[in-house]
Amino acid sequence: MTLIQNQIEIPTPSKPWVKTPLQRVPSIAVGIAALALAGAIVEATPLKGKLGFFLVFVPLITVLQYLLARIRATRKAAQDIFVASFMWTASFLVFLPTASILATTVTKGLEGLRLSIFTNTMAAASYTDPIEMGGLLHALVGTIYLILLSVIISVPLGILTALYLTEIKGPGSAFIQFIVQAMSGVPSVIAGLFVFSAVILATPLEASSLMGAFALAILMVPTVTRTSQEVLVLIPNDLREAGLALGATQWKTVALVVVPAAKSGLITAIILGVARIAGETAPLLFVLGGTDALNSNPFSGFNSGLPLYIWKGFLIGLPESVQRAWTGILVLLILVLILFTAARVFGPKKGRF
Amino acid sequence: MNNEGEEMETREKTTPSSLANVANARGQKKPGTAPLGSGLEARGVHAWFGKHLALKNVSLDFSSGTVTALIGPSGCGKSTFIRTLNRMHEFIPSAAFAGEVLLDNKDIYDSSVDVTKIRLQIGMVFQKPNPFPSMTIGENVLSGIKLAQLNIPKSEQDDLLEDCLIRAGLWNEVKDRLDAHGGSLSGGQQQRLCIARSLAVKPKILLMDEPCSALDPGSTLRIEETISQLSSSMTIIIVTHNMQQAARVSDYTAFFLSDGGPGELVEVGPTSQIFTKPRDQRTENYVSGRFG
Repeated sequence: MTLIQNQIEIPTPSKPWVKTPLQRVPSIAVGIAALALAGAIVEATPLKGKLGFFLVFVPLITVLQYLLARIRATRKAAQDIFVASFMWTASFLVFLPTASILATTVTKGLEGLRLSIFTNTMAAASYTDPIEMGGLLHALVGTIYLILLSVIISVPLGILTALYLTEIKGPGSAFIQFIVQAMSGVPSVIAGLFVFSAVILATPLEASSLMGAFALAILMVPTVTRTSQEVLVLIPNDLREAGLALGATQWKTVALVVVPAAKSGLITAIILGVARIAGETAPLLFVLGGTDALNSNPFSGFNSGLPLYIWKGFLIGLPESVQRAWTGILVLLILVLILFTAARVFGPKKGRF
Repeated sequence: MNNEGEEMETREKTTPSSLANVANARGQKKPGTAPLGSGLEARGVHAWFGKHLALKNVSLDFSSGTVTALIGPSGCGKSTFIRTLNRMHEFIPSAAFAGEVLLDNKDIYDSSVDVTKIRLQIGMVFQKPNPFPSMTIGENVLSGIKLAQLNIPKSEQDDLLEDCLIRAGLWNEVKDRLDAHGGSLSGGQQQRLCIARSLAVKPKILLMDEPCSALDPGSTLRIEETISQLSSSMTIIIVTHNMQQAARVSDYTAFFLSDGGPGELVEVGPTSQIFTKPRDQRTENYVSGRFG
């Protein structure tokens, strides 16, 4: 056997596995046919509106694509198309409401978005006043306090619990695991009622941002714990053994090897925890006070939060107040987006696990 | 590189019958000739996982400054045994143990012993290279200082870093990128990084649990060279599936076997003897490639 080493031209790179536009024509034609047919059926029958169209179109295109594949290719290929079609429908069904919520919030919220709302409170204005008067500064500050305090309370508790469950696996682990799972199912209003009855009614302490954070922490701890646990379980045992084999105590191994290796995942756990509580309204109803003025002290005095502001706006139900609520939702969305981006940018640069 | 490649080829052609020549070619070290390192002695070691007895009555004496290879088919208990020698065995929740392991004539399983100090003296290199992913190459090597809370002045740490990497045969390849992450190295380099990491806490004994089984022949060769160099200053115990490797690197060889029940030590002796005239028929069968 000899090696042929003639000079050869390097061929142009191509992707033979990708369909050419010409090859796509039949399936695009079927798609258009399905659209037209579905339109005709909706016209001819009592089915009405977008939902009716969707209900007709999805089965129609699934069947037509299946038949097309059946004619052009094998039965296996047709089955593949059939199942893929269901996947597309399912992901579309999930995507649609999300996109719809986002689009509605942005379009409705933008109408009331102006600089003045970030510098004013509702102390001297009424919810039914035009949007130019008053603002949501007090609620924005209140929400930032709530998120910060909840993170300060929940993150150490949640991560330490997760470390106890995955690293120490000490006595009571199974019971604690059960409690954590049960806690993640607690209705959020119960968390607020608990803080109200156990702290505010039972002690001289009054409603404040701190009380609100207590209520939110009850909801956040299980989320942080469970997500951290899932990350810590993925850290290979090899690393723990390597640390211990170097003469480290378990605490040193966890602090210097396990937690740094899981850092990126633990940040995700914190983000998911914040996402869990940022929009909670029900637990805040009894424990925050719900003032309309700015209170810069998170530890005493009534305070507010964006969810409460939004809730009040919708509750009053007049066009001006509803506009305030939509803008409040948009501001909350932007705030959460900024927090998550910051966590990713300032957190560890690269996730290795 | 070419020369190395040819050398590897001849190594791979080595037949079991010529193992004896390999073993003989390597000078036999007399126990106790190396002043550094400590002796380790296992006495009547038994190990269980739950109710399952995995290792039965193993007694072995590792003289200071020697390399001992533990060979045997899979499931014969050699990895379990090596993990009893620095008390890593106890991290498996269902594990149990009986017997004694004497380090400088003191039982490491004695209740008065601080187990972290034991592991500081008896280092370990694992089957899969496991550098710490959150640390750079330099930090990995020196990680033992922080992990074991040793007091080594910053001024000495640079020398220690260089010394360990030189001894592990990795210095020339990484000296310009000590700040790179350990994960950027090849598998063989990672394993030598792990060896360097073990050396940084200055163990007297180094346990190696199949350190080359995940590596290519070139990296294996480098690690074997490293072992040969280290053996002048410390006691090394290596588990290996590769009999050529045992013949090449070790002074003594211990053969483990399980007949379906617990693993047992069948025979131990100077490596050349195990590969030329083993006393036990089962050892003979194994080293000549008739089974396993």
